[in-house]
Amino acid sequence: MDQKTKITISDLNLHIGKQQILKNINLEIPEKKITVILGPSGCGKTTLLKSLNRLTDLYPEMKVTGNIMIDNDDILHTGEDITRLRQKMGLLSQRPYPLPMNIYNNVAFGLRISGRKKKRFLDKRVEHYLKMANLWDEVKDRLKDPASALSIGQQQRLCLARGLAVDPDIILADEPTSALDPISSEAIEKKFVELKQQYTIVMVTHVLRQARRIADYVVFMYLGEIIEQGTAEEVFDNPKEEITKQYLKGTFN
Amino acid sequence: MRRLRNIEEKFFRVLMFLSTSIIVIALTLIIVSILYKGLPSLTWEMISQTPKGGFYFGKEGGILNAIIGSLYLALASTILAFLIGLPVALMMNVHLVKHKKLVNAIRFFLDLLWGVPSIVYGAFGFTVMIYFGLKTSLLAGIFTVTLFIIPIMVRGMDEVLKTIPRGLMESALSLGSTSSEISYRIYIRQVISGLITSILLSFGRAIGDAASVLFTTGYTDHIPTALNQPTATLPLAIFFQLSSPIPEVQNRAYASALVLTIIILIISIASRYFSKRYQKNRIKN
Ligand SMILES: Nc1ncnc2c1ncn2[C@@H]1O[C@H](COP(=O)(O)OP(=O)(O)OP(=O)(O)O)[C@@H](O)[C@H]1O
Ligand SMILES: [Mg+2]
Repeated sequence: MDQKTKITISDLNLHIGKQQILKNINLEIPEKKITVILGPSGCGKTTLLKSLNRLTDLYPEMKVTGNIMIDNDDILHTGEDITRLRQKMGLLSQRPYPLPMNIYNNVAFGLRISGRKKKRFLDKRVEHYLKMANLWDEVKDRLKDPASALSIGQQQRLCLARGLAVDPDIILADEPTSALDPISSEAIEKKFVELKQQYTIVMVTHVLRQARRIADYVVFMYLGEIIEQGTAEEVFDNPKEEITKQYLKGTFN
Repeated sequence: MRRLRNIEEKFFRVLMFLSTSIIVIALTLIIVSILYKGLPSLTWEMISQTPKGGFYFGKEGGILNAIIGSLYLALASTILAFLIGLPVALMMNVHLVKHKKLVNAIRFFLDLLWGVPSIVYGAFGFTVMIYFGLKTSLLAGIFTVTLFIIPIMVRGMDEVLKTIPRGLMESALSLGSTSSEISYRIYIRQVISGLITSILLSFGRAIGDAASVLFTTGYTDHIPTALNQPTATLPLAIFFQLSSPIPEVQNRAYASALVLTIIILIISIASRYFSKRYQKNRIKN
Protein backbone atom coordinates (compact mmCIF):
# COMPACT_ATOMS: atom_id res chain seq x y z
CA MET A 1 0.00 0.00 0.00
CA ASP A 2 1.72 3.16 -1.15
CA GLN A 3 -0.19 5.70 0.82
CA LYS A 4 1.23 9.17 1.28
CA THR A 5 1.32 10.38 4.85
CA LYS A 6 0.05 13.89 5.50
CA ILE A 7 0.52 14.20 9.24
CA THR A 8 3.05 12.35 11.33
CA ILE A 9 2.71 12.54 15.08
CA SER A 10 5.55 11.13 17.11
CA ASP A 11 5.89 10.81 20.87
CA LEU A 12 3.29 13.46 21.52
CA ASN A 13 2.63 14.02 25.21
CA LEU A 14 0.37 16.61 26.72
CA HIS A 15 0.19 17.45 30.40
CA ILE A 16 -2.10 19.74 32.34
CA GLY A 17 -0.46 20.19 35.69
CA LYS A 18 0.28 16.69 36.98
CA GLN A 19 -2.42 15.13 34.82
CA GLN A 20 -1.33 13.55 31.56
CA ILE A 21 -4.00 14.09 28.92
CA LEU A 22 -2.21 12.59 25.91
CA LYS A 23 0.23 9.73 26.39
CA ASN A 24 2.87 8.93 23.84
CA ILE A 25 0.79 9.43 20.76
CA ASN A 26 2.36 8.00 17.61
CA LEU A 27 0.21 8.26 14.56
CA GLU A 28 0.45 8.66 10.82
CA ILE A 29 -2.50 10.24 9.10
CA PRO A 30 -2.76 9.39 5.40
CA GLU A 31 -3.35 12.04 2.78
CA LYS A 32 -6.77 12.36 1.17
CA LYS A 33 -8.40 9.74 3.33
CA ILE A 34 -10.84 9.90 6.19
CA THR A 35 -9.26 9.04 9.50
CA VAL A 36 -11.80 8.58 12.25
CA ILE A 37 -10.89 8.93 15.90
CA LEU A 38 -13.05 6.92 18.25
CA GLY A 39 -13.04 6.66 22.00
CA PRO A 40 -15.09 7.26 25.09
CA SER A 41 -15.79 10.77 26.31
CA GLY A 42 -12.87 12.49 27.97
CA CYS A 43 -10.20 10.31 26.39
CA GLY A 44 -8.48 13.24 24.69
CA LYS A 45 -9.86 13.27 21.15
CA THR A 46 -10.61 16.99 21.10
CA THR A 47 -7.27 17.75 22.71
CA LEU A 48 -5.48 15.74 20.04
CA LEU A 49 -7.24 17.68 17.27
CA LYS A 50 -6.38 20.97 18.93
CA SER A 51 -2.73 20.00 19.16
CA LEU A 52 -2.69 19.56 15.41
CA ASN A 53 -3.31 23.22 14.73
CA ARG A 54 -1.69 24.44 17.90
CA LEU A 55 -4.78 25.77 19.57
CA THR A 56 -3.15 24.31 22.65
CA ASP A 57 -1.08 27.51 22.61
CA LEU A 58 -4.08 29.31 24.04
CA TYR A 59 -3.92 27.32 27.23
CA PRO A 60 -0.80 28.18 29.19
CA GLU A 61 -1.50 25.28 31.54
CA MET A 62 -1.01 22.77 28.70
CA LYS A 63 2.53 21.46 28.26
CA VAL A 64 3.06 19.79 24.90
CA THR A 65 6.12 17.73 23.98
CA GLY A 66 6.92 15.61 20.97
CA ASN A 67 6.70 16.25 17.25
CA ILE A 68 3.98 16.82 14.75
CA MET A 69 5.05 16.94 11.13
CA ILE A 70 2.59 18.27 8.58
CA ASP A 71 3.98 17.97 5.08
CA ASN A 72 7.49 18.99 5.97
CA ASP A 73 6.81 21.47 8.74
CA ASP A 74 7.59 20.52 12.28
CA ILE A 75 4.63 22.51 13.51
CA LEU A 76 5.34 22.37 17.23
CA HIS A 77 8.80 23.87 16.78
CA THR A 78 8.43 25.83 13.60
CA GLY A 79 9.69 29.28 12.92
CA GLU A 80 7.02 29.67 10.28
CA ASP A 81 4.07 31.91 10.81
CA ILE A 82 1.56 29.95 12.84
CA THR A 83 -1.44 31.70 11.30
CA ARG A 84 -0.39 30.36 7.89
CA LEU A 85 -0.10 26.86 9.24
CA ARG A 86 -3.52 27.12 10.81
CA GLN A 87 -5.00 28.23 7.52
CA LYS A 88 -3.98 24.89 6.10
CA MET A 89 -6.37 23.24 8.52
CA GLY A 90 -10.06 23.91 8.72
CA LEU A 91 -11.38 23.14 12.19
CA LEU A 92 -14.95 22.22 12.90
CA SER A 93 -15.24 22.46 16.62
CA GLN A 94 -17.44 20.25 18.74
CA ARG A 95 -19.82 23.16 19.28
CA PRO A 96 -20.26 25.54 16.38
CA TYR A 97 -19.03 29.06 16.93
CA PRO A 98 -20.17 31.26 14.09
CA LEU A 99 -18.59 34.70 13.98
CA PRO A 100 -20.67 37.61 15.29
CA MET A 101 -21.64 38.86 11.84
CA ASN A 102 -24.06 37.94 9.10
CA ILE A 103 -24.13 34.66 7.24
CA TYR A 104 -22.43 35.99 4.13
CA ASN A 105 -19.62 37.61 6.08
CA ASN A 106 -19.02 34.45 8.07
CA VAL A 107 -18.00 32.66 4.91
CA ALA A 108 -16.28 35.69 3.38
CA PHE A 109 -14.26 36.45 6.52
CA GLY A 110 -11.45 34.01 5.87
CA LEU A 111 -11.15 35.19 2.28
CA ARG A 112 -11.10 38.83 3.26
CA ILE A 113 -8.38 38.45 5.85
CA SER A 114 -6.24 36.71 3.28
CA GLY A 115 -6.59 39.72 1.04
CA ARG A 116 -9.32 38.72 -1.39
CA LYS A 117 -11.86 41.49 -1.19
CA LYS A 118 -13.49 41.91 -4.59
CA LYS A 119 -17.23 41.68 -4.23
CA ARG A 120 -17.85 39.61 -7.34
CA PHE A 121 -15.23 37.11 -6.36
CA LEU A 122 -16.56 36.88 -2.81
CA ASP A 123 -20.17 36.46 -3.96
CA LYS A 124 -19.17 33.50 -6.09
CA ARG A 125 -17.03 31.88 -3.44
CA VAL A 126 -19.62 32.31 -0.71
CA GLU A 127 -22.24 30.65 -2.84
CA HIS A 128 -19.86 27.89 -3.83
CA TYR A 129 -18.89 26.98 -0.28
CA LEU A 130 -22.40 27.29 1.11
CA LYS A 131 -23.49 24.85 -1.58
CA MET A 132 -20.64 22.58 -0.67
CA ALA A 133 -21.85 22.52 2.92
CA ASN A 134 -25.46 21.86 1.88
CA LEU A 135 -26.64 25.12 3.35
CA TRP A 136 -27.16 27.32 0.31
CA ASP A 137 -30.80 26.51 -0.33
CA GLU A 138 -31.76 27.30 3.24
CA VAL A 139 -29.96 30.63 3.48
CA LYS A 140 -29.75 32.05 -0.02
CA ASP A 141 -32.53 34.54 0.68
CA ARG A 142 -31.24 35.62 4.06
CA LEU A 143 -27.52 36.01 3.63
CA LYS A 144 -27.62 39.31 5.49
CA ASP A 145 -29.19 37.79 8.60
CA PRO A 146 -27.01 37.33 11.65
CA ALA A 147 -25.45 33.88 11.82
CA SER A 148 -26.57 33.63 15.42
CA ALA A 149 -30.15 33.30 14.20
CA LEU A 150 -29.42 29.96 12.53
CA SER A 151 -30.22 26.68 14.22
CA ILE A 152 -27.33 24.76 15.73
CA GLY A 153 -27.32 22.27 12.88
CA GLN A 154 -27.27 25.10 10.35
CA GLN A 155 -24.49 26.75 12.30
CA GLN A 156 -22.49 23.54 12.08
CA ARG A 157 -22.83 23.56 8.32
CA LEU A 158 -22.04 27.26 8.19
CA CYS A 159 -18.84 26.55 10.07
CA LEU A 160 -18.04 23.85 7.54
CA ALA A 161 -18.55 26.31 4.68
CA ARG A 162 -16.46 28.90 6.47
CA GLY A 163 -13.69 26.41 7.10
CA LEU A 164 -13.65 25.22 3.49
CA ALA A 165 -13.57 28.78 2.21
CA VAL A 166 -10.02 29.37 3.42
CA ASP A 167 -8.99 26.51 1.17
CA PRO A 168 -7.27 24.21 3.66
CA ASP A 169 -5.53 20.89 2.91
CA ILE A 170 -6.80 19.28 6.04
CA ILE A 171 -10.21 19.23 7.70
CA LEU A 172 -10.28 18.60 11.41
CA ALA A 173 -13.84 17.78 12.37
CA ASP A 174 -14.88 17.28 15.98
CA GLU A 175 -18.23 15.49 15.94
CA PRO A 176 -19.44 17.50 12.95
CA THR A 177 -22.86 15.90 12.92
CA SER A 178 -23.61 15.85 16.63
CA ALA A 179 -26.42 18.40 16.29
CA LEU A 180 -27.87 17.15 13.03
CA ASP A 181 -30.85 14.97 12.24
CA PRO A 182 -30.14 11.64 10.52
CA ILE A 183 -30.88 13.02 7.07
CA SER A 184 -28.61 16.04 7.34
CA SER A 185 -25.98 13.84 8.99
CA GLU A 186 -26.04 11.56 6.05
CA ALA A 187 -25.75 14.50 3.68
CA ILE A 188 -22.67 15.69 5.56
CA GLU A 189 -21.22 12.19 5.56
CA LYS A 190 -21.67 11.98 1.81
CA LYS A 191 -20.07 15.38 1.53
CA PHE A 192 -17.08 14.21 3.52
CA VAL A 193 -16.65 11.20 1.28
CA GLU A 194 -16.67 13.57 -1.70
CA LEU A 195 -14.34 15.99 0.02
CA LYS A 196 -11.65 13.41 0.59
CA GLN A 197 -10.78 13.69 -3.10
CA GLN A 198 -9.25 17.03 -2.20
CA TYR A 199 -8.75 17.05 1.52
CA THR A 200 -7.20 15.02 4.28
CA ILE A 201 -9.95 14.54 6.83
CA VAL A 202 -9.57 13.78 10.51
CA MET A 203 -12.90 13.28 12.18
CA VAL A 204 -13.98 12.54 15.71
CA THR A 205 -17.27 10.78 16.14
CA HIS A 206 -19.24 8.90 18.75
CA VAL A 207 -21.50 7.32 16.17
CA LEU A 208 -20.04 3.91 15.39
CA ARG A 209 -22.26 3.33 12.40
CA GLN A 210 -21.13 6.60 10.92
CA ALA A 211 -17.52 5.59 11.45
CA ARG A 212 -18.16 2.29 9.70
CA ARG A 213 -19.77 4.03 6.78
CA ILE A 214 -17.07 6.54 6.01
CA ALA A 215 -13.78 5.69 7.73
CA ASP A 216 -10.73 4.63 5.76
CA TYR A 217 -8.59 4.55 8.85
CA VAL A 218 -9.64 4.21 12.45
CA VAL A 219 -7.87 5.25 15.61
CA PHE A 220 -9.23 4.07 18.93
CA MET A 221 -8.23 6.05 21.99
CA TYR A 222 -8.72 5.34 25.64
CA LEU A 223 -7.59 7.48 28.59
CA GLY A 224 -5.20 9.55 26.51
CA GLU A 225 -3.58 6.62 24.75
CA ILE A 226 -3.95 5.18 21.30
CA ILE A 227 -5.06 1.61 21.93
CA GLU A 228 -5.41 0.56 18.36
CA GLN A 229 -5.09 1.97 14.87
CA GLY A 230 -5.36 0.61 11.37
CA THR A 231 -7.53 0.47 8.30
CA ALA A 232 -11.26 0.44 8.89
CA GLU A 233 -11.47 -3.26 8.01
CA GLU A 234 -8.70 -4.19 10.40
CA VAL A 235 -10.10 -2.32 13.35
CA PHE A 236 -13.78 -3.02 12.81
CA ASP A 237 -13.57 -6.62 11.69
CA ASN A 238 -10.52 -7.84 13.55
CA PRO A 239 -9.82 -5.68 16.57
CA LYS A 240 -6.77 -6.93 18.42
CA GLU A 241 -7.30 -5.39 21.82
CA GLU A 242 -9.93 -6.44 24.30
CA ILE A 243 -10.98 -2.83 25.08
CA THR A 244 -11.53 -2.08 21.42
CA LYS A 245 -13.71 -5.16 21.03
CA GLN A 246 -15.80 -4.14 23.98
CA TYR A 247 -16.14 -0.58 22.75
CA LEU A 248 -17.19 -1.68 19.28
CA LYS A 249 -19.68 -4.14 20.70
CA GLY A 250 -21.08 -1.47 22.96
CA THR A 251 -20.45 -3.55 26.07
CA PHE A 252 -17.96 -1.06 27.32
CA ASN A 253 -18.19 0.26 30.84
CA MET B 1 -35.52 18.87 57.13
CA ARG B 2 -38.34 20.09 54.92
CA ARG B 3 -39.36 22.64 57.54
CA LEU B 4 -35.85 23.91 57.93
CA ARG B 5 -35.59 24.44 54.20
CA ASN B 6 -38.89 26.27 54.19
CA ILE B 7 -37.74 28.60 56.94
CA GLU B 8 -34.49 29.19 55.11
CA GLU B 9 -36.38 29.98 51.92
CA LYS B 10 -38.64 32.42 53.75
CA PHE B 11 -35.72 34.08 55.50
CA PHE B 12 -33.91 34.79 52.23
CA ARG B 13 -37.07 36.01 50.60
CA VAL B 14 -37.68 38.50 53.36
CA LEU B 15 -34.05 39.55 53.21
CA MET B 16 -34.23 40.14 49.47
CA PHE B 17 -37.44 42.04 49.83
CA LEU B 18 -36.00 44.25 52.57
CA SER B 19 -32.80 45.10 50.74
CA THR B 20 -34.64 45.81 47.52
CA SER B 21 -37.03 48.10 49.35
CA ILE B 22 -34.22 50.00 51.06
CA ILE B 23 -32.54 50.66 47.72
CA VAL B 24 -35.74 51.67 45.96
CA ILE B 25 -36.84 53.95 48.81
CA ALA B 26 -33.45 55.64 49.10
CA LEU B 27 -33.23 56.28 45.35
CA THR B 28 -36.80 57.54 45.23
CA LEU B 29 -36.14 59.92 48.10
CA ILE B 30 -33.08 61.35 46.40
CA ILE B 31 -34.86 61.85 43.12
CA VAL B 32 -37.96 63.29 44.77
CA SER B 33 -35.94 65.78 46.79
CA ILE B 34 -34.00 66.87 43.70
CA LEU B 35 -37.27 67.29 41.81
CA TYR B 36 -39.08 68.96 44.69
CA LYS B 37 -36.41 71.54 45.37
CA GLY B 38 -34.93 71.81 41.91
CA LEU B 39 -37.86 71.81 39.55
CA PRO B 40 -39.27 75.23 40.59
CA SER B 41 -35.82 76.82 40.04
CA LEU B 42 -35.19 75.05 36.76
CA THR B 43 -36.09 77.90 34.46
CA TRP B 44 -35.10 78.41 30.84
CA GLU B 45 -32.84 81.18 32.03
CA MET B 46 -31.04 78.72 34.28
CA ILE B 47 -29.93 76.51 31.41
CA SER B 48 -29.54 79.08 28.67
CA GLN B 49 -27.44 81.77 30.32
CA THR B 50 -24.10 82.16 31.97
CA PRO B 51 -24.01 83.64 35.50
CA LYS B 52 -24.47 87.40 35.56
CA GLY B 53 -23.13 89.61 38.34
CA GLY B 54 -24.65 88.60 41.63
CA PHE B 55 -25.82 85.20 40.38
CA TYR B 56 -24.43 83.55 43.47
CA PHE B 57 -26.46 85.94 45.62
CA GLY B 58 -29.69 84.98 43.94
CA LYS B 59 -29.62 87.44 41.06
CA GLU B 60 -30.15 86.62 37.39
CA GLY B 61 -28.14 84.30 35.20
CA GLY B 62 -27.77 80.57 34.74
CA ILE B 63 -25.39 77.67 34.72
CA LEU B 64 -24.81 77.31 30.99
CA ASN B 65 -21.08 77.74 31.62
CA ALA B 66 -21.06 74.69 33.90
CA ILE B 67 -23.26 72.61 31.59
CA ILE B 68 -21.04 73.26 28.59
CA GLY B 69 -17.90 72.91 30.67
CA SER B 70 -18.98 69.56 32.08
CA LEU B 71 -20.01 68.27 28.66
CA TYR B 72 -16.67 69.29 27.12
CA LEU B 73 -14.78 67.75 29.96
CA ALA B 74 -16.71 64.50 30.17
CA LEU B 75 -16.94 63.97 26.42
CA ALA B 76 -13.28 64.64 25.80
CA SER B 77 -12.08 62.46 28.66
CA THR B 78 -14.47 59.64 27.81
CA ILE B 79 -13.27 59.63 24.22
CA LEU B 80 -9.64 59.73 25.27
CA ALA B 81 -10.08 57.03 27.89
CA PHE B 82 -11.88 54.88 25.32
CA LEU B 83 -9.14 55.29 22.74
CA ILE B 84 -6.52 54.37 25.30
CA GLY B 85 -8.57 51.79 27.15
CA LEU B 86 -9.97 49.71 24.30
CA PRO B 87 -6.58 48.52 23.01
CA VAL B 88 -5.52 47.73 26.56
CA ALA B 89 -8.65 45.69 27.26
CA LEU B 90 -8.34 43.85 23.93
CA MET B 91 -4.68 43.21 24.52
CA MET B 92 -5.45 41.70 27.91
CA ASN B 93 -8.03 39.34 26.43
CA VAL B 94 -6.57 38.47 23.06
CA HIS B 95 -2.84 39.09 22.69
CA LEU B 96 -1.99 38.18 26.26
CA VAL B 97 -4.29 35.18 26.48
CA LYS B 98 -1.27 32.94 27.12
CA HIS B 99 -0.08 35.10 29.96
CA LYS B 100 -2.75 34.60 32.58
CA LYS B 101 -0.59 35.70 35.47
CA LEU B 102 0.39 38.97 33.84
CA VAL B 103 -3.22 39.71 32.92
CA ASN B 104 -4.38 38.99 36.44
CA ALA B 105 -1.68 41.29 37.78
CA ILE B 106 -2.90 44.05 35.44
CA ARG B 107 -6.47 43.46 36.61
CA PHE B 108 -5.41 43.69 40.23
CA PHE B 109 -3.51 46.89 39.56
CA LEU B 110 -6.46 48.46 37.72
CA ASP B 111 -8.83 47.49 40.52
CA LEU B 112 -6.53 49.24 42.97
CA LEU B 113 -6.53 52.36 40.78
CA TRP B 114 -10.31 52.16 40.55
CA GLY B 115 -10.45 52.27 44.34
CA VAL B 116 -8.23 55.33 44.67
CA PRO B 117 -10.42 58.32 45.62
CA SER B 118 -10.76 60.89 42.88
CA ILE B 119 -9.34 63.64 45.08
CA VAL B 120 -6.01 61.82 44.83
CA TYR B 121 -6.19 62.02 41.05
CA GLY B 122 -7.00 65.69 41.45
CA ALA B 123 -3.96 66.20 43.63
CA PHE B 124 -1.80 64.27 41.18
CA GLY B 125 -3.09 66.33 38.26
CA PHE B 126 -2.39 69.46 40.24
CA THR B 127 1.20 68.38 40.95
CA VAL B 128 1.79 67.65 37.28
CA MET B 129 0.31 71.04 36.35
CA ILE B 130 2.63 72.85 38.70
CA TYR B 131 5.58 70.88 37.39
CA PHE B 132 4.83 72.00 33.84
CA GLY B 133 3.85 75.47 34.95
CA LEU B 134 0.26 75.10 33.71
CA LYS B 135 -2.66 77.01 35.13
CA THR B 136 -6.04 75.51 35.96
CA SER B 137 -7.62 74.73 32.63
CA LEU B 138 -9.96 72.54 30.67
CA LEU B 139 -6.93 70.61 29.40
CA ALA B 140 -5.66 69.87 32.89
CA GLY B 141 -9.14 68.72 33.85
CA ILE B 142 -9.44 66.45 30.81
CA PHE B 143 -6.05 64.98 31.59
CA THR B 144 -6.96 64.28 35.22
CA VAL B 145 -10.43 62.92 34.55
CA THR B 146 -9.10 60.69 31.76
CA LEU B 147 -6.62 59.13 34.18
CA PHE B 148 -9.37 58.75 36.72
CA ILE B 149 -11.78 56.91 34.41
CA ILE B 150 -9.28 54.74 32.54
CA PRO B 151 -9.39 51.97 35.18
CA ILE B 152 -13.19 52.03 35.08
CA MET B 153 -13.24 51.93 31.31
CA VAL B 154 -10.63 49.19 30.96
CA ARG B 155 -12.02 46.93 33.65
CA GLY B 156 -15.57 47.41 32.38
CA MET B 157 -14.57 46.40 28.86
CA ASP B 158 -12.33 43.67 30.21
CA GLU B 159 -15.22 42.11 32.11
CA VAL B 160 -17.37 41.86 28.98
CA LEU B 161 -14.48 40.63 26.83
CA LYS B 162 -13.80 37.96 29.44
CA THR B 163 -17.23 36.46 28.84
CA ILE B 164 -16.46 35.64 25.21
CA PRO B 165 -16.25 31.85 24.92
CA ARG B 166 -12.79 30.55 24.15
CA GLY B 167 -14.26 28.55 21.29
CA LEU B 168 -14.85 31.75 19.34
CA MET B 169 -11.18 32.58 19.49
CA GLU B 170 -10.29 29.02 18.51
CA SER B 171 -12.59 29.25 15.50
CA ALA B 172 -11.16 32.57 14.45
CA LEU B 173 -7.61 31.32 14.83
CA SER B 174 -8.31 28.26 12.74
CA LEU B 175 -9.46 30.55 9.97
CA GLY B 176 -6.01 32.07 10.05
CA SER B 177 -6.83 35.31 11.85
CA THR B 178 -4.16 37.27 13.62
CA SER B 179 -4.66 38.58 17.14
CA SER B 180 -5.48 42.04 15.83
CA GLU B 181 -8.08 40.70 13.43
CA ILE B 182 -9.67 38.76 16.26
CA SER B 183 -9.66 41.88 18.41
CA TYR B 184 -10.98 44.45 16.02
CA ARG B 185 -13.11 42.43 13.63
CA ILE B 186 -14.61 39.79 15.90
CA TYR B 187 -14.33 40.54 19.60
CA ILE B 188 -15.53 44.12 19.28
CA ARG B 189 -18.61 43.02 17.37
CA GLN B 190 -19.37 40.31 19.85
CA VAL B 191 -19.39 42.62 22.87
CA ILE B 192 -20.32 45.95 21.35
CA SER B 193 -23.29 46.44 23.64
CA GLY B 194 -21.12 45.77 26.68
CA LEU B 195 -18.55 48.25 25.41
CA ILE B 196 -21.24 50.89 25.12
CA THR B 197 -22.23 50.22 28.72
CA SER B 198 -18.63 50.68 29.87
CA ILE B 199 -18.41 53.94 27.96
CA LEU B 200 -21.60 55.16 29.58
CA LEU B 201 -20.44 54.16 33.04
CA SER B 202 -17.19 56.04 32.54
CA PHE B 203 -19.00 59.06 31.16
CA GLY B 204 -21.25 59.10 34.21
CA ARG B 205 -18.25 59.04 36.52
CA ALA B 206 -16.49 61.70 34.48
CA ILE B 207 -19.36 64.15 34.45
CA GLY B 208 -20.37 63.60 38.05
CA ASP B 209 -17.06 63.84 39.83
CA ALA B 210 -16.17 67.02 41.69
CA ALA B 211 -12.96 66.17 43.50
CA SER B 212 -10.82 65.44 40.46
CA VAL B 213 -11.66 68.78 38.86
CA LEU B 214 -11.53 70.87 42.02
CA PHE B 215 -7.84 71.82 41.69
CA THR B 216 -7.43 71.23 38.00
CA THR B 217 -10.11 72.97 35.96
CA GLY B 218 -10.65 75.94 38.20
CA TYR B 219 -13.95 77.76 37.91
CA THR B 220 -15.17 80.61 35.77
CA ASP B 221 -18.38 82.28 34.71
CA HIS B 222 -17.45 82.09 31.04
CA ILE B 223 -17.85 79.32 28.55
CA PRO B 224 -14.37 78.13 27.65
CA THR B 225 -13.30 78.74 24.07
CA ALA B 226 -9.89 77.11 24.28
CA LEU B 227 -8.25 74.20 26.06
CA ASN B 228 -6.03 76.41 28.18
CA GLN B 229 -8.89 78.31 29.78
CA PRO B 230 -10.36 77.49 33.16
CA THR B 231 -13.75 75.81 33.05
CA ALA B 232 -16.79 75.55 35.25
CA THR B 233 -18.29 72.13 35.89
CA LEU B 234 -21.70 71.04 37.14
CA PRO B 235 -20.53 69.22 40.28
CA LEU B 236 -18.62 72.31 41.39
CA ALA B 237 -21.54 74.57 40.47
CA ILE B 238 -23.72 72.41 42.70
CA PHE B 239 -21.13 72.54 45.45
CA PHE B 240 -20.74 76.33 45.38
CA GLN B 241 -24.45 77.01 45.26
CA LEU B 242 -25.22 74.51 47.97
CA SER B 243 -22.67 76.15 50.29
CA SER B 244 -24.53 79.45 50.00
CA PRO B 245 -26.68 80.55 52.96
CA ILE B 246 -29.31 81.99 50.58
CA PRO B 247 -32.24 79.54 50.10
CA GLU B 248 -32.85 80.56 46.47
CA VAL B 249 -29.26 79.79 45.58
CA GLN B 250 -29.51 76.48 47.39
CA ASN B 251 -32.57 75.60 45.34
CA ARG B 252 -30.61 76.41 42.22
CA ALA B 253 -28.08 73.83 43.36
CA TYR B 254 -30.87 71.27 43.20
CA ALA B 255 -31.87 72.54 39.79
CA SER B 256 -28.26 72.04 38.68
CA ALA B 257 -28.32 68.53 40.10
CA LEU B 258 -31.48 67.95 38.12
CA VAL B 259 -29.72 69.08 34.96
CA LEU B 260 -26.87 66.68 35.68
CA THR B 261 -29.35 63.86 36.29
CA ILE B 262 -31.15 64.60 33.04
CA ILE B 263 -27.90 64.58 31.07
CA ILE B 264 -27.04 61.17 32.50
CA LEU B 265 -30.57 59.97 31.80
CA ILE B 266 -30.33 61.02 28.16
CA ILE B 267 -26.96 59.30 27.78
CA SER B 268 -28.34 56.11 29.38
CA ILE B 269 -31.33 55.98 27.10
CA ALA B 270 -29.23 56.65 24.04
CA SER B 271 -26.73 53.98 24.98
CA ARG B 272 -29.47 51.43 25.60
CA TYR B 273 -30.90 52.19 22.22
CA PHE B 274 -27.54 51.78 20.51
CA SER B 275 -26.53 48.67 22.39
CA LYS B 276 -29.81 47.00 21.41
CA ARG B 277 -29.24 47.94 17.82
CA TYR B 278 -25.78 46.44 17.70
CA GLN B 279 -26.62 43.32 19.61
CA LYS B 280 -28.19 41.34 16.83
CA ASN B 281 -24.98 39.72 15.58
CA ARG B 282 -23.93 38.57 19.00
CA ILE B 283 -23.33 34.84 19.33
CA LYS B 284 -25.06 33.49 22.38
CA ASN B 285 -23.36 30.90 24.47
N1 LIG C 1 -8.30 23.41 29.38
C1 LIG C 1 -8.36 22.28 30.12
N2 LIG C 1 -8.09 22.32 31.43
C2 LIG C 1 -8.13 21.20 32.18
N3 LIG C 1 -8.43 20.00 31.71
C3 LIG C 1 -8.72 19.88 30.40
C4 LIG C 1 -8.71 21.01 29.54
N4 LIG C 1 -9.04 20.61 28.29
C5 LIG C 1 -9.25 19.28 28.39
N5 LIG C 1 -9.06 18.83 29.65
C6 LIG C 1 -9.17 17.44 30.10
O1 LIG C 1 -8.53 16.62 29.16
C7 LIG C 1 -9.23 15.40 29.00
C8 LIG C 1 -9.54 15.16 27.55
O2 LIG C 1 -10.50 16.09 27.10
P1 LIG C 1 -11.04 16.12 25.62
O3 LIG C 1 -11.91 17.30 25.49
O4 LIG C 1 -9.88 16.01 24.69
O5 LIG C 1 -11.91 14.79 25.57
P2 LIG C 1 -12.75 14.20 24.37
O6 LIG C 1 -12.17 12.87 24.07
O7 LIG C 1 -12.84 15.17 23.28
O8 LIG C 1 -14.17 13.98 25.05
P3 LIG C 1 -15.64 14.18 24.41
O9 LIG C 1 -15.90 12.96 23.60
O10 LIG C 1 -16.52 14.24 25.60
O11 LIG C 1 -15.63 15.43 23.62
C9 LIG C 1 -10.46 15.49 29.87
O12 LIG C 1 -10.21 14.79 31.06
C10 LIG C 1 -10.59 16.97 30.16
O13 LIG C 1 -11.16 17.17 31.41
MG1 LIG D 1 -14.37 16.30 22.47
